[in-house]
Amino acid sequence: MFAHFILALRQGGVPASITEYLALLGAMKAGVAAYSIDDFYYLSRAALVKDERHLDRFDRIFGECFKGLEPPEGDMTRELPEEWLRKLAEKLLTPEEMAQIEALGGFEQLMETLRQRLAEQQGRHQGGAKWIGTAGTSPFGAYGYNPEGVRIGQDESRHRRAVKVWDRREFKDLDDDVELGTRNMKLALRRLRRFARQGAATELDLPDTIRSTANNAGHLDLKLVAERHNTVKVLLFLDVGGSMDEHVRVSEELFSAARSEFKHLEYFYFHNCPYERVWKTNRRRQEHQIATHEVLRTYGPDYKLIFVGDASMSPYEISHGGGSVEHWNEEAGSVWMQRLTTHYRRSAWLNPCPERAWHHVMSIAMLRDLMGGRMFPLTLGGLDDMTRDLSR
Amino acid sequence: MASFKSTERYIASRDLEVAVNAAVTLQRPLLVKGEPGTGKTVLAHEVAAALGLPLIEWHIKSTTKAQQGLYEYDAVSRLRDGQLGDPRVHDIANYIVRGKLWDAFEAPEPVVVLIDEIDKADIEFPNDLLLELDRMQFFVYETRQTVAARNRPIVIITSNNEKELPDAFLRRCFFHYIRFPDHETMQRIVAAHYPDIRHDLAREALNVFFKVRDVPGLKKKPATSELLDWLKLLMVEDLPPEALRSRDPHVVIPPLHGALLKNEQDVHLFERIAFLSRRGG
Repeated sequence: MFAHFILALRQGGVPASITEYLALLGAMKAGVAAYSIDDFYYLSRAALVKDERHLDRFDRIFGECFKGLEPPEGDMTRELPEEWLRKLAEKLLTPEEMAQIEALGGFEQLMETLRQRLAEQQGRHQGGAKWIGTAGTSPFGAYGYNPEGVRIGQDESRHRRAVKVWDRREFKDLDDDVELGTRNMKLALRRLRRFARQGAATELDLPDTIRSTANNAGHLDLKLVAERHNTVKVLLFLDVGGSMDEHVRVSEELFSAARSEFKHLEYFYFHNCPYERVWKTNRRRQEHQIATHEVLRTYGPDYKLIFVGDASMSPYEISHGGGSVEHWNEEAGSVWMQRLTTHYRRSAWLNPCPERAWHHVMSIAMLRDLMGGRMFPLTLGGLDDMTRDLSR
Repeated sequence: MASFKSTERYIASRDLEVAVNAAVTLQRPLLVKGEPGTGKTVLAHEVAAALGLPLIEWHIKSTTKAQQGLYEYDAVSRLRDGQLGDPRVHDIANYIVRGKLWDAFEAPEPVVVLIDEIDKADIEFPNDLLLELDRMQFFVYETRQTVAARNRPIVIITSNNEKELPDAFLRRCFFHYIRFPDHETMQRIVAAHYPDIRHDLAREALNVFFKVRDVPGLKKKPATSELLDWLKLLMVEDLPPEALRSRDPHVVIPPLHGALLKNEQDVHLFERIAFLSRRGG
């Protein structure tokens, strides 16, 4: 009966299985959620979602399947494009007012006036403030004036009304696609640790030996156990300068917090794209540069190479010799990238830019190709994928 | 069987009720996650009380093994008895110590079993209990006996998310994530716990509490249990509500903050904010 729902869930990245589907049907049959759509929502959530990170996705898919909502593209609460507002302004404001606003100074003022005007309008119309997309029809269809369809400034509190609970999307923060912050730092650390703890050796398990010797009525029975082994060596290449600094700090902290779990952890800094020289202390980068060749010689191919950077730059900085913004580089960035990635058996690139913006930037696509597609967003999910890829 | 509903002491949201009832009806374990202090453990007590069933609690520690929940073979005392020539030594059944799950399976009436903080245990712990929780039976190797549940117990499992649980385990459970209660629910919770609290005091305290939770950068946000402790303190000290109202938590630390802020960095943070705003104002 709900097969399409399950399929949609699986497609949307909620790993629901047949067992869980049958459990849901069983509970429906037993009458746990009798005739209320809310109860059905709660029941299917309890039966099909087993991880709070998937709750938000579940809410979205539930909404699509049972309401025919438009899937929200990107952020639901985004700002409106300027042209839309101008169109709206043409409808709402008299030419005199428009002229006055232009005179007062452009867009900010326009927004402000619109906001006031819409606030008045809402009093007269009885519609509630609905967000873009959820209404199912374009709020600006053929310039049709429909202020209820627009969300500008603060929205009316939908929360207190008897509206669809799954539309509130209260579990948004738990989705693991969110960027790393202090809150989920600990979780990220745990992921990294898991990555670090692997490889097996055997050592004597003393308590177990004693126990089984006792079980054996005094005859010695040796027990061995697989040792948790820190064999992972990590080489971290961090992009510094400009907008990257904050992300670099986060990832530096992250990796150094996990440091005890790695056998070796080495940092190097670069700017935008690695070339023939990298440096170890950012403050005195001019004096303390190290040839990338030396890095390649010093650290063997068993190191796992992780770049952290936004990979956003002019394409020439990657593709052409002399493209670097800081110095004259004999060989192009792509040559160095190839050298690094072929020398190290396992490498990955962590990108703090949101993944959906990647295909807008040419240099990101280029570096991603150079990395053989192993570019991951700097999120919990991304870290997970990266560690899985690196330890394969 | 009676269904589970909010009680006078425990305010359960509708989604929690549905999840519990689904787990009870289908006789599958219910996995409960949520911020510390949102009433995960208390839930099991309340479910047992609501259904009128006895509760068996099994608190998990980092050293707990799955086997301990079933039974343990006390080899050391058998060895000692053997050396002392005790006749008991000939029957191995004398050295089988029953675990919590065995007790639950053998109980004459259905029981509620709480497996508390399952994520504290070793990563393999949930896997070791898969079959036992699925079939509600296990095999005792030493005595060649199968222990099967007379009545399938209602199993409630809590987790603080310290470790991820294996998929195979999750498939067999219903899942509920206890969200932090909103202002209105919190009022009901407070009223349920302290019916005789002064309304104005409760209101002011809740405002301060939610403001404290909103301060960015707190290491441990105060949760329901902290709020209840703090209210109790406020009532014992008999503070007037004005004492709370006049103070903006962005300016001064709330009175008796020891119950709300549990680590010194957070107290420090508040002091720093207070200092900055004094200087700024």
